[in-house]
Amino acid sequence: MALHRSSLDLIGDTPLVEVSELSSNPAARLFVKLEGQNPGGSVKDRVALAMVEDAEKAGVLRPGEPGQVLLEPSSGNTGIGLALVCRVKGYHLKVVLPESVSPERRQLLGVWGAEIIESPGSEGSNGAVRVAQALAAVHPEWVFLYQYANPANPRAHYSQTGPEIWRDCPEVTHLVAGLGTTGTLLGAGRYLKERNPAVQVWAVEPPAGEIVDGLRSLDEGYIPPIFEELGGSELLDRKTVVRPRESIEWVRRLADVGIFAGLSTGAAMAGAARCATQLGDGEQAAIVVISADGGWKYLSSGAWTGDIDDVAERARSTIYF
Amino acid sequence: MAVAVDVRLPTVLRPQAGGQSTVTVKGSTIGDVLRELVSEFPGMSGQLLNEDGSLHRFVNVYVNDDDVRYLESLDTPVKEGDEVSLLPAVAGG
Repeated sequence: MALHRSSLDLIGDTPLVEVSELSSNPAARLFVKLEGQNPGGSVKDRVALAMVEDAEKAGVLRPGEPGQVLLEPSSGNTGIGLALVCRVKGYHLKVVLPESVSPERRQLLGVWGAEIIESPGSEGSNGAVRVAQALAAVHPEWVFLYQYANPANPRAHYSQTGPEIWRDCPEVTHLVAGLGTTGTLLGAGRYLKERNPAVQVWAVEPPAGEIVDGLRSLDEGYIPPIFEELGGSELLDRKTVVRPRESIEWVRRLADVGIFAGLSTGAAMAGAARCATQLGDGEQAAIVVISADGGWKYLSSGAWTGDIDDVAERARSTIYF
Repeated sequence: MAVAVDVRLPTVLRPQAGGQSTVTVKGSTIGDVLRELVSEFPGMSGQLLNEDGSLHRFVNVYVNDDDVRYLESLDTPVKEGDEVSLLPAVAGG
C-alpha cells in the first residue's frame, strides 16, 4: 500500500470482488464493487469530493477562508461524504435530512461535525430537497451544491468509477446499481457504453414512492435534473424495483461470501440475479454490481440477525437508499 | 386478449380508489390497464396519463417490478397473473 498524505486521497479506486458463487446461472459471473471502502464509507465520497473541488475551481468555495457554509439535502450518504470532505477542508456543512433515516446516519454526520436540519419523514427525500431549496433561496450566501442537479456528480463516475470497472473487468456485459440521484449509472454507465455499446445498464430502485405518504398528488413527484439533462432514460436499458425483503435476503447471502454490505447493495444484487435469469440461450454475462456502502449503518435494522419479516416491515418505513 | 390484473396503488392514489391498496382491472396492455383504471376511478385522470394519452412523467408503472418505460411503455403486454404496480417518482440519494 502506498503512503497517502490525506484521507481524501483514499477516495475512489475501490476493489472489485467476484461473487459468482452467488449466481444461480453458471453463464453469469457476478462481481461487486465495494464502494464502502471509501473513507466516509460510501460511493458518495466520490461525489462529495468532486462537487467541492469543482466549486473550488469555479471560485464558489475558497479554500482556507473561514466562515463558508454549504447546504445539501441528503438521505444520508452524500451528507456523510460531504461532512467528511468539509471537516477536512474547514467548511461548515448543513445537511437537510429526512427524519426517517437510520440512526447511524445521524451519528456519522455528527462524527464529522455536520449540522442537521430535519425535514418531514413522511415526505422522504423529496421533503429534504424541498426544504433545502427553500433555505437556499433565502440564504444565497450559503453554497448549495445540490447533488441532484450538479454535473460534477455524474462526472465523478464517468472519470473514475467507470474507468475503474473497465480496467478491472473489461469483459463486463452489465452494470447494475441503485438509482438515487442517478449519478452513478449516468456517469459509469455512459463511460462503459462508450467503451462497449453492448454493455447493458440496469437500474434498481426501492419502492420509495410507496412509503412517501406526504405527497398530495403525483404532481409533487421528482426526477433529478441531471437524469433528464443527460438523457438518463435513453441510457438505461432496464429499471426494476426491489422490495425490502428481497434486499435483506441478498445482504444475508453476501455475508456468506464475507461481504458486509448495506441494504441498497442487497437490492442491486437482487437486480443482478434477475438479470442473470433473463440471459438468452448460450449468452455469457459478467455482471458488475455497485455496492454503494457497507453494512455498518444498517446494524440497528437487524438485517442480518433479526426475524426477516420484522426487519422487512421496519425497512419499509426507513430510508435506506 | 384482455385479462384481469391486480394493480397495486401507492398511498397518494388510494383516496381516488375509495382507499383500496390493490384494485383489479382488465386489459391486454399497460395502456389498456391505465385507461381502464382512469375510467373506473375518474379521480386518477390527469395523474396517470397526459391529455395526449402518454404516461405522466411523475408516475412509474411496473409489471412484475420492471418499469414499463424500459420495456414497451404503454404497449407492454400483460398476461394472467401479472402484478402491475404504480409508484410516484420521488427523490433518492
